[in-house]
Amino acid sequence: MVVSVQLAPPDVDRLFGALADHTRRDIVRRAITAEEGIVELASHYSMSFAAVQKHIAILERAGLVTKARVGRRKVVRTNRERLRVVRHLLDEYEALWRGRIDRMADLIADTQEHDR
Amino acid sequence: MMTIEAEFDASPERVWQLWADPRQLERWWGPPNFPATVTQHTLAPGGRVEYQMLGPQGDRHRGYWEILEADAPHRLVFRDAVASGDGTPTTDMPLATTRVTIEAVDVGRTRMSIESRFPSVAAMEWVLATGTDDGRTRAVGQIDAILAEDALARHRD
Repeated sequence: MVVSVQLAPPDVDRLFGALADHTRRDIVRRAITAEEGIVELASHYSMSFAAVQKHIAILERAGLVTKARVGRRKVVRTNRERLRVVRHLLDEYEALWRGRIDRMADLIADTQEHDR
Repeated sequence: MMTIEAEFDASPERVWQLWADPRQLERWWGPPNFPATVTQHTLAPGGRVEYQMLGPQGDRHRGYWEILEADAPHRLVFRDAVASGDGTPTTDMPLATTRVTIEAVDVGRTRMSIESRFPSVAAMEWVLATGTDDGRTRAVGQIDAILAEDALARHRD
């Protein structure tokens, strides 16, 4: 029995909605190191500065990033705890189905034995 | 939306029976300490599957599926909802639209895919609260990759 879980961006609800966009996921990834301010982050994307600001605002509202002061600079920083909440939910969902699939396999094995 | 795939050493018809036979469905839908009793089972568009789960403390959960599509043995699509309190549908919280695809990948080997689309995190949390023993397994995904990078970066410091 092989079980694999693929995660695709789910829609609706702020946390999942925020992560549903690949630019925003990229921002979250970069902001883990909390080294870049908005202007520096924006330089990585071929979209308007306003568009990047919009993405960051969505992430802030979802609690995924915050703006933090590091020395005299303001940097964008990822809230790893929020990310862990998402992963926890998805882990649990996988565990739910893994259990069901194990029981399905047991049922199939049971009936195969009866057939012999 | 999330997709889970599993493969079984069985024919698609045999895998379909896990869903189509209410007595089999009862045996895998709920976790071991939360067995399900299927009280209604109509696997046809517009039909319903209704079930109850009785927890160890006597807590009772009722749920139902609204069947959207049923195409034996290959496809089943349903809305997975939970009825509140006494089971009346008025205060339902719709949970997820689930699509099950069953197809042969080889002689006697079948792949089953389950795609679930959740309308909200709250819905997902409810599913997990009623459906899971405390098993935790490895999750593969982009979030994991982000956190793994993070762990690696911290290690370098």
